[in-house]
Amino acid sequence: MVPVDYYIILSAVLFTIGALGVLIRRNPLIIFMSIELMLNAANLAFVAFSRMYDSFNGQIFVFFVIAVAAAEVAVGLALIVEIFKTKKNINIDEMNSLKG
Amino acid sequence: MTSELIVFLVLSLAAVAAAFGMVSSRNAVYSALFLVLNFVTVAIFYLLLGAPFIAMSQITVYAGAIMVLFLFVIMLLGAEALAPTNVLPWQRPLAFSLAVVLLIESAYLLISRAQTNALISAPDITVNSMDNLRDMAMTLFHQFLLPFEVTSILLLVAMVGAIVLTKREKAGQK
Repeated sequence: MVPVDYYIILSAVLFTIGALGVLIRRNPLIIFMSIELMLNAANLAFVAFSRMYDSFNGQIFVFFVIAVAAAEVAVGLALIVEIFKTKKNINIDEMNSLKG
Repeated sequence: MTSELIVFLVLSLAAVAAAFGMVSSRNAVYSALFLVLNFVTVAIFYLLLGAPFIAMSQITVYAGAIMVLFLFVIMLLGAEALAPTNVLPWQRPLAFSLAVVLLIESAYLLISRAQTNALISAPDITVNSMDNLRDMAMTLFHQFLLPFEVTSILLLVAMVGAIVLTKREKAGQK
């Protein structure tokens, strides 16, 4: 028997590590991965609550989140590839102008 | 201390260690592999929470498709390790302190609002039955039919968008 709180605390810890990764890293690919980690932490909380209330709604929501994450990654990586083609560099500190 | 709690603690240690490895490793390929490890441990948590369908979607979609895409782009761009820059040296300590604040805040709010003493036991054999999957499909295709269809349009738009963004323009066009 594991208390629900433990799952929620684990989810909060994973979310915080993801947020930390977004803040301290300079590689846009790793920033992207940190965003995936944050989505994943939220999914864990959803499934834990879904189990607690004995309802499928949380799991269905996780299903949608996974689909949206897949779409987001496809478009985001296409953008990063395009930025690399234009600037020959993907350091996030250099992306400070809207015009390419 | 029950065996379930021991499994939970070991797995959560692995998940947090993998997440830290992802954030802190210098090489982006190592980061991606740490993230795969983290996704697999979270998939095992889903199994412990009685969500086998979500666990398998997690492994096929996240650990399989999305991370392969990441690795492909990392190797395509040669972005394994970027040259370190010192544009904002004060950013790192600030980020750490803000992360601690976020952790305390989110854990406190989630736990105090949820007000739960509920215990989650490992799922029994019924979770593997066809009835369980059928109930989930009924929820998905009755109550959530419209979001499901909208998701399919979203995936189509993302696919077209990714193709348009990376399309190589013909020599005469631009």
